[in-house]
Amino acid sequence: MVPARLSLSARRALWAWAFLAVPIVFYVTIRLYPAVDAFVMSFTNWNIVGTRAFNGLDNYLRLFGDPRFWTVLRNTFVYLGAGLVVSMGLAFAVAYHLDKVRFGHGFLRALYFVPHITTAVAMAWVWRWFYQPVPVGLFNDLLVAVGLPQQPFLRSTGQALFAILAPAVWAGIGFQIVIFLAGLKAIPAHYYEAAALDGAGPWRVLFEITLPLLRPTVVFLTVTSSIAYLRIFDYVYAMTLGTGGPLDSTKPIVLMIFETAFKNFEMGYAAAQTVVLFLILLAISLLQLRLMDRRP
Amino acid sequence: MKRFTRRAVGSALAAICAMGLWSGAARAQAVEIEYWQYTFPQRVQAMDELIKRFEAANPGIKVKQVTVPYDDFRVKIAAAVPAGQGPDVVQLFYGWLQDYLKAKMLQPLPAEMFNAADIEKEFFPSVKQMKVGGQYYALPTSVRSLALFWNKKLVKEAGLDPEKPPQTLDELVAAAERATKRDASGNLLQAGITIDMLGQDHHWIREVLIRQMGGKPYSPDNRKVTYNDAAGIKAVAWYTDLVARHKVGEAGFMTDGVTAFRSNRAAFTIDGSFRLAALDNQKGLDYAVAELPAQDGKRFNFTSYWVNGITPKATGAKREAAAKFLKFITSPEAQELWLEKVGELPAAVAVANKPAIAGHAKYGPFVRGLANAEATFFVNESAQRKVFTDMVDAVLIKKQPVAEAVATAAAEEQKLIDGFFGN
Repeated sequence: MVPARLSLSARRALWAWAFLAVPIVFYVTIRLYPAVDAFVMSFTNWNIVGTRAFNGLDNYLRLFGDPRFWTVLRNTFVYLGAGLVVSMGLAFAVAYHLDKVRFGHGFLRALYFVPHITTAVAMAWVWRWFYQPVPVGLFNDLLVAVGLPQQPFLRSTGQALFAILAPAVWAGIGFQIVIFLAGLKAIPAHYYEAAALDGAGPWRVLFEITLPLLRPTVVFLTVTSSIAYLRIFDYVYAMTLGTGGPLDSTKPIVLMIFETAFKNFEMGYAAAQTVVLFLILLAISLLQLRLMDRRP
Repeated sequence: MKRFTRRAVGSALAAICAMGLWSGAARAQAVEIEYWQYTFPQRVQAMDELIKRFEAANPGIKVKQVTVPYDDFRVKIAAAVPAGQGPDVVQLFYGWLQDYLKAKMLQPLPAEMFNAADIEKEFFPSVKQMKVGGQYYALPTSVRSLALFWNKKLVKEAGLDPEKPPQTLDELVAAAERATKRDASGNLLQAGITIDMLGQDHHWIREVLIRQMGGKPYSPDNRKVTYNDAAGIKAVAWYTDLVARHKVGEAGFMTDGVTAFRSNRAAFTIDGSFRLAALDNQKGLDYAVAELPAQDGKRFNFTSYWVNGITPKATGAKREAAAKFLKFITSPEAQELWLEKVGELPAAVAVANKPAIAGHAKYGPFVRGLANAEATFFVNESAQRKVFTDMVDAVLIKKQPVAEAVATAAAEEQKLIDGFFGN
């Protein structure tokens, strides 16, 4: 079928495109088309059956006037802020020290990675039990055993969000540690040798060699982890039995979208929420790339 | 050559036409209809048995049962029916009727086979919610109601008579107080009564406690929330006092109410008839069931049920077959089979009042409860439940005054109802 007069390189390109076409078609129909459709949907009133009626900016105006949206947005940013700082800090601390350990290195690394490959819902349920009051809750049993008062954890509007964040961080750092370790390995050893010859202390080495040279790793992890925390859903859904409670104190934006779309069947309003989430994700990712990827 | 080809094509066409006619005729002989319900082993088995009996009695009709996981049930039907696909006869929760009518997913039951007066004579009064504009749109096979479950062992340990359940709300509080156990620092080890708004408690408050305190949850046309008054406040205060004042239970104790009760960690719980099968299979649990406690001699109950309706997809012979099938699966014969296989109460008064059912130690209290049971007119069940959950949490966690929490809840729920009727 391929005309004989095509050059070798042209034919190669043709073959490459033939193979690429499959994922492109898939991507366009499964990803791109629904995404574009969601934008269109966000300007309509649609209850999943019947016709879509355009209603201009009504969905967006309703969203910005909805106090619940601002609560949910605040929660989402608390997940992001606390999750990012704690997980990156812990992951780096673990990786930094793990990098210096030879004995049992592989075993420890595997141990940190296991939560990452465990099903989120199964883990969330186990943590939900950890947080229960006595006599079944592990954490409260421990508190009571050492003579401290019980904590409400998931039944408290102040503690619940952080109680849910903990297993998410715990699962996320496995991945972050492995990436940090790869980044640390990639730093050429002669920098450290030179620093040692110059008599630089460990803190100086950390701040002037290790961290600056880890910049690409940090950028990558910050962007991917931010996206993950902004889209947190499974832990919240499993640990609050789908409610985002108590009193909406743990509800992230994705859970609000899920409820609007698949419990209330307000597809247009839900689409407007996804557009807002998309814009937030885009803005934060671009900002982080700009701030952190600047070449020295 | 050319002529031959033409003749061959001609005869092939004729053959195809004939086959079409023949299969069309065959189809006219055996009408096939689809029945959809959500996946739940006991319900599916009961329906298989009903279909077998129905097909034996109606040789011209084939019924295909399709089951869909509960979480996808509404979405799948919502997608299929408007496209002319999916079920001819469909099962739906009574609270979804308004949504289904709005989306034009149901047609009225044929009046010649389903006479409104006969239906109202035969079924429990709450079935009237299925009548819109003088026409019935759906009918139940079975109904559910609430009752007070008590753990005989724990009640006996507390020094109470395990055969005599509390008859009033005050007696319930007193009994729960005696059955509550705490450690030296006050941590709950055994609850007097379960506190679980994600279970049945929100129905108990809404349709039972508010009425018992002299109020009404909604206006007769279901368009106005009417519990923001002294009775509503009294009902919510009574419920939250179980935790705040009497300290006989805590939300989240043993993760949820059912778990606490079935693991012998709670003496009393309010639950539905659908729980009987699971609790009967629980090893080491010795429990009994009584009617919900009365207040000032008044008893109320909450009932809910699944109904069967016919979609617009069924026309002509299919509509007739669908109507016959619906008549059969809501008949006394089907109701008794449903009770036996699924454990849900018969929807017809005469069937439920048979001595074997009404006199049954565990079914009896539920059947008696049906006599004064109300089915809430939900416009969005999950959102309305959340309003009640948030109201109780505001009192218990945020220590908000009960009157404020009730006012907020009433306003929130009114917004949901207005949104529904405004659209």
